[in-house]
Amino acid sequence: MLPFHIKVTKKALEEMTMFEKVAEILADYKDIDVSAITMDSTFADLGVDSLDTAELIMNLEDEFNITIEMNEKLSTVGELVALIEENVK
Amino acid sequence: MSLTILGTGSAMPEKRLTNEELTHMVDTSDEWIVTRTGIHERRIITTETLSGLGARALSLALEDAGCAPGELELILCTTVRGDTATPALANMIERELKIECPAMDINGACAGFIAALDVAAAYLASGRVKRLAIVSAEALSFLTDWTDRSTCVLFGDGAGAVVLGPGDGLKDLKLTAKPSEEWLVADAPKGNSPFFQGRPQHPYLTMNGQEVYKFAVSSVTRDIRAMLKANGLEAGQVDWYLLHQANLRIIEAARARLKQPREKFPTTIERYGNVSSASIPILMDEMNRQGMLKAGQRLIMSAFGAGLTTGAALMTWK
Repeated sequence: MLPFHIKVTKKALEEMTMFEKVAEILADYKDIDVSAITMDSTFADLGVDSLDTAELIMNLEDEFNITIEMNEKLSTVGELVALIEENVK
Repeated sequence: MSLTILGTGSAMPEKRLTNEELTHMVDTSDEWIVTRTGIHERRIITTETLSGLGARALSLALEDAGCAPGELELILCTTVRGDTATPALANMIERELKIECPAMDINGACAGFIAALDVAAAYLASGRVKRLAIVSAEALSFLTDWTDRSTCVLFGDGAGAVVLGPGDGLKDLKLTAKPSEEWLVADAPKGNSPFFQGRPQHPYLTMNGQEVYKFAVSSVTRDIRAMLKANGLEAGQVDWYLLHQANLRIIEAARARLKQPREKFPTTIERYGNVSSASIPILMDEMNRQGMLKAGQRLIMSAFGAGLTTGAALMTWK
C-alpha cells in the first residue's frame, strides 16, 4: 500500500511543479493573476490566442531545453502541461 | 562589402482591402485580425500588373538616385510569382521601361530582397557593374485561398525598388536556409501534363502559423544578435531595425527580446499587410521619402520566409 501511495504522490508533485511553472510563465506573459489559472482553464477563457500559445511554448522550450512541434490544437492549460511533460521525458 | 543605396521607390495597387470588407468574405472580424496581426488594410491588385507596379517603383528609385534608365547594367527582381512563369518578371519590367541590360529573377521567398542585396554586393565587388537595381514585386493575392480566413487576411500586393552603386554602405550580410517545406508552401502549377504522378496539387498557399511564428521570432532575434556581435555593436547603437513586415506580433516579440524602443522598429504592416520580399524595400522607401533616414545612421534589415530562409544585413545610410 505504502509504495503505491508514494509513487502516486511523487507523480502528482511532478505534475504540480510543471503546472506551476507553466502558470507562472503564462501569468507573467499575459499579465494576469497566477491564482486565476487552473489545469482546466481554457486558453480562450484566459484571453490567450494561438500566437500567445506559440510564444508560451517558445518560453517553455528555452526553460526546459526542449523542442516541441506544434501540430495539435491545444485548448487547455492541462493539455499544454501534458505536452511539455511528454517532451521533457 | 561594397554597395551603397543611391535611391528608393515603391508602388502599391489602388485597391485598399479593409478588414471590414473581409468580414463579408470570410468569418472574421476587424478585432480578430488587428489583435493577431496588426493589419488594418492591405493593397490588392485589380487592374494593375505586377510588372507595371515594379516598373513604377523602379522609375521612382531611378529618379531618386538621379540615374537614367540607360545607366543600369543589371536588374535583379525578387518575387515568388511574376505575371508570367516565363519570361522573368525582371524582363517584363524592362519591357515596360524600354531598358536593355541583363535582368533576372531571384526567388528567396520573403527574405528575397536580402538575398538580392547579397548578389548585388558580389557583382559590385567584382567590378562587373557600376549601377544596378533590385526590384521586389509581389502579388500574394494570386496565391492565397480567399476562402481560408487564417491566411487570406495576412497578405497584400506591392513593389519596392532600390538603385545601387559601389560604396561602403553595406557592412555585413548573412543568409541562412533550413529545409522544411511543410510550414509555408504554395504549389506551382503542373499544367496538363499527362505524365505527372506526384502528389495531387494544392492550389493555394498553406501555412502553419504557430510554427512560422516561432521560427520567425527566434530566427530574427538570433540573426540580429549574431550580426551585432560580429560587428562589435550593442543593440542600442543601431538607429533602425527594418524587419520583414509579416505580423506586428512577430515584430513586437523580436523587439522585446532585443530590449529596444518601439520607435526603432518602423512598420507598414498596418496599411499593407505582408508583401513578402517587397516589404522591406517598401518600408525603406517610405522612411527615405519621409526624411527619417539620415546620413551615417546604422540600420539592420532582417527577414524570414518560406524555405525556411532568413537574411539579415547591416548598413550605414549614405
